[in-house]
Amino acid sequence: MIDILTKNLPILVVLCPLITSLFVVLIPNIFFSWILTTLSTFITFLFSILLYQEIQIQSHISYALGKWMPPIGIEYIIDKVAIIPIIIISGISFFATIFAYKIMPEEIEKKSISKVYSLWLLAIAGLLGLVTTGDAFNLFVFLEISSLASVALVAMGAQKDKQALVAAYNYLIIGAVGATLYVIGVGLLYGITGTLNMEDLTNRISDLNNNKALIAGFGFMIIGIMVKAAVFPLHIWLPRAYAYAPSAVSVLLAATATKASLYILARILFSVFENSEDLINNTLLYVILPLSIIAMFAGTIMAIYEKDIKRLLAHSSVAQIGYITLAFAIGTKASIAAGFIHMFNHAIIKGGLFIAITSLGFFIQKRITINNLSGLGRVMPITFFCFVICSLSLAGLPLTAGFISKLYLIKATISSDAIWIAILILISSALSVVYLWKMVEVMWMREGRKIVIKENPAIYISLIIITFFNIYFGFDASLVVNGSFEAAEKLIGDLK
Amino acid sequence: MITIENFILITILSPLIVCVLTPFISNSTILRDFLGPIGGVISSWGAFNIMSSALNNQNINLEIVKIAEGISIGFEVTPLGAIFGLVASFLWIFAAIYSVGYMRGNKEKNQTRFYAFYAIAVHAALCIAYAGDLLTLFIFYEVLTFSTYPLVTHKQNEMAQKAGRLYMSILVGSSVILLLPAIVWVWVATGSLEMSQNGVLDGKIDVAYAPLLLAMFVFGIGKAALMPIHKWLPAAMVAPTPVSALLHAVAVVKAGVFTMLIILTNVFGIDFLAKTGASEWLIWLASLTLLATSIIAIFKDDLKARLAYSTISQLSYITLGGALATSMATQGAALHIITHAAGKITLFFVAGALYVGAKITKISDLNGHGKSASLIFLAFFIGSLSIIGVPPMAGSWSKFFLMLGAADSGYLVVIGVFCVSTILNAFYLMEIPARAFFFKKEREVSVKIPKLILIPTLITSFLTILLFFCIEPFQNLTSMMVGKI
Amino acid sequence: MISSTIGIWNYWIVFCLMMIGLFLVIGRKNFLKKIVGLTIFQTSVFLLYITFGKIKGGTPPILNESIDSIYSNPLPHVLILTAIVVGVATTALGLSLVLKINSEYGSIEEDDISAQDLVDYHDDIETGKSVDLKFKQ
Repeated sequence: MIDILTKNLPILVVLCPLITSLFVVLIPNIFFSWILTTLSTFITFLFSILLYQEIQIQSHISYALGKWMPPIGIEYIIDKVAIIPIIIISGISFFATIFAYKIMPEEIEKKSISKVYSLWLLAIAGLLGLVTTGDAFNLFVFLEISSLASVALVAMGAQKDKQALVAAYNYLIIGAVGATLYVIGVGLLYGITGTLNMEDLTNRISDLNNNKALIAGFGFMIIGIMVKAAVFPLHIWLPRAYAYAPSAVSVLLAATATKASLYILARILFSVFENSEDLINNTLLYVILPLSIIAMFAGTIMAIYEKDIKRLLAHSSVAQIGYITLAFAIGTKASIAAGFIHMFNHAIIKGGLFIAITSLGFFIQKRITINNLSGLGRVMPITFFCFVICSLSLAGLPLTAGFISKLYLIKATISSDAIWIAILILISSALSVVYLWKMVEVMWMREGRKIVIKENPAIYISLIIITFFNIYFGFDASLVVNGSFEAAEKLIGDLK
Repeated sequence: MITIENFILITILSPLIVCVLTPFISNSTILRDFLGPIGGVISSWGAFNIMSSALNNQNINLEIVKIAEGISIGFEVTPLGAIFGLVASFLWIFAAIYSVGYMRGNKEKNQTRFYAFYAIAVHAALCIAYAGDLLTLFIFYEVLTFSTYPLVTHKQNEMAQKAGRLYMSILVGSSVILLLPAIVWVWVATGSLEMSQNGVLDGKIDVAYAPLLLAMFVFGIGKAALMPIHKWLPAAMVAPTPVSALLHAVAVVKAGVFTMLIILTNVFGIDFLAKTGASEWLIWLASLTLLATSIIAIFKDDLKARLAYSTISQLSYITLGGALATSMATQGAALHIITHAAGKITLFFVAGALYVGAKITKISDLNGHGKSASLIFLAFFIGSLSIIGVPPMAGSWSKFFLMLGAADSGYLVVIGVFCVSTILNAFYLMEIPARAFFFKKEREVSVKIPKLILIPTLITSFLTILLFFCIEPFQNLTSMMVGKI
Repeated sequence: MISSTIGIWNYWIVFCLMMIGLFLVIGRKNFLKKIVGLTIFQTSVFLLYITFGKIKGGTPPILNESIDSIYSNPLPHVLILTAIVVGVATTALGLSLVLKINSEYGSIEEDDISAQDLVDYHDDIETGKSVDLKFKQ
């Protein structure tokens, strides 16, 4: 029994939320549909932890779907790289589900809640499928599953603010164009290699140096994924989608959605195309590096001038994605590891910040702006405290998770003799203190209206746990750091 | 028998425990208020023991947390650290008593929060003192900045908000943008975050880059308040006076110059600096800061602002001493950390006492108050003499060593700078007792100074005299620091 | 040269459709027309895949006696079946969003809608219309 379970773990991680999403939609009761969702995400989380332990033993699991042997059949690959986004996605989605219990009925009418949970699980399944699959076309399917489900989730925000519809529409159109571009790329590669299996692709590409169709296919794939990963300037869908989605959905999307695509980006760059070095080096140096640097500053500066808090955090996400892609762009083992470290840490930081802000804004009817946060820090001390910790973590204060990622990022840049990039990173992170402090100051300094708000444990329990992670991984980062270094080593080998 | 490792823990943890306990016992005012002084006594007891073992040349090392491969939070006692740790923990006793008097006398709001953050700031300063590697140093440097923010903005009004913004942006900005990459640079160059007594950079870094790296450190350590990043210190004076006294005359700024000295001696190494001349530009910058801020201080009518500029100028003595890169000058700089701390905390205590007793903040309002508050002005007078450097006050020792060091290094101009600055010091500090004792009273204001304020002030002023006679152990430590013993 | 250029005419068609579709998505301000563009864009990709699979003179890929018979690659067809399903789902979701937008805003022109949104945003931020808290115990 246990043996069967361990053998089938790679598919179970995806199947668990996928199948429960079908059942959740049938349950009319809010509470029971939430229980089922929580259970499902919890089991998924458990599976991914089991998978993590399994990975420590055998370091590479290949799962042939339906016993069709790769490269003909669809293969699911889990290795030390893939396990990082799997843990992030399943873990955060579990905590976001706990958080959703109280906040969801506030923003969405009762009869559609079970449908929302169904979409919620579908989105999670899509994201998990995205990172486990080893088949280029199957990846497209999961890309669409996750993005269609997220679009529908974002559109659910329309009951609070009709702009959610436009945000969802833009997300849909841009996402669909991105996914289609990716499919064109896959098609071109299939045309010249005759395979869709990623590992097989790697081998067959090595004979095709400088083939024009290969370069075109690579370009299409990268652009498509960059749209999904919200790499500047293809991020325009992101701020609106995060801002107008229902609170719980913002939390889920902000912490997980782009991480999966960033992982795919890393895998395409360093694993699938590892044999076309010139192509990759040029892409990293002339495309991703400049874009990341611009993203770091553009995102931060937009955030400084933004007054809508959820949008502000979304802009800050754009900047943080810039750090991750910058780390990939430097392309050494240390820097790719730093990218993965930040991917993990950013998930817990942004998850925490969005939970904190939405629960601070729980009592605000429509839009959480900087002005109506006045004095809330004194009214809701627990939430405020967690918000401050997560902000400090984002700013990179020592003893928080954010510091660890910044430290390794700086070390990686300096050891590849790019001290100017290190300084740019730090300037942008110092600028990020400006917008974070702006919020803290308003909440702490300004007199708000005299109201009494009782903080609800059902809301802040997941916030406290995520905040605890932010501190814990600042003190004991060896798990994340070692995992990321192993991942980087797996991706680019010992060559560099 | 308590081991030295445990003494380190006792010293650094007792403020932390005070901080944690304070909110829980906030119902009982007396218990809460005297938790600070008790913590101070325990903490400085530990610090005394650490110092005596440092005098016996014991090697003390303590790793607390291992964050990841190659990075950990660890503590190690260096001679300079032993001195700074003792200064910070010992003066905390008096500052804690004083702050009780001040907060009560002024009827300030949110006292519990104040005491909690006050203790955590002391904790951070002590952790800096005993930091075992560069990362630990940086971590607690940042903790100190963030923990003092609620203290600086204690009044929670528009002005405090503005000052807090300036305070944070300069201190956090400089440390994150410059200090962190500088530390990582050292890490990459030498392969570890360790420091050692003779410096770690010799032969590990291109000599042409040494001034650049030094500049990143110097401007990254915003707490040392060198021009042009000194603006935060006058801004921080909106804080309640106990904060200005302990933190912005002792803990925070001394943490800055302490970091500066540690970087100059234990990362670069005096020999390396002297050999390459990497710190030559720093001598001129420090001299400029020293003179310019003394001159600015003369024109400040606000008592705390004048003291703030005086502090900046005195901090530059220490930086200058390190930059001269001779063993004498470095010793002088290290001694100046203690002597200036005792003197300056007295002066700030007096400023706070006048505010509590008579709501006086301007120097021009002081005329003729000497009779009604003679003791407090006497304390101010003694403290001033120490800062000017008149024997038998402690300040004379450090100035003496600094002068010797300047002569050693061959920068004779620097001796001139010291002389001019001493005259300026005398000019702007002596005005205050002079006005109090010799000018005619303009307004009738009763000056009532609470005992809890008066006593710590008198004790610290007495300390400046005492230190003159008991400088020997400290001097031994500083000579150990420069490798003489 | 000419024969090779014209010989791959089906690729020309694919790229013409692709560009037409992309232009409609980017250039049109009408939400419905954007979806039309998106559908054309996706259809061009379907054709691209089918073209890869086709071999001149190839038979359907059905097992028969003669081993050396040339047959077309069946895999692209299967892939495109999946892609069509995805495309239909996208279109359906897009159209339902357009319907909703029309009923909420009374228009599906991007300019109208962003003008309304801007007013809304300005109201919220500057005048603090939404500052009112809903109280709950």
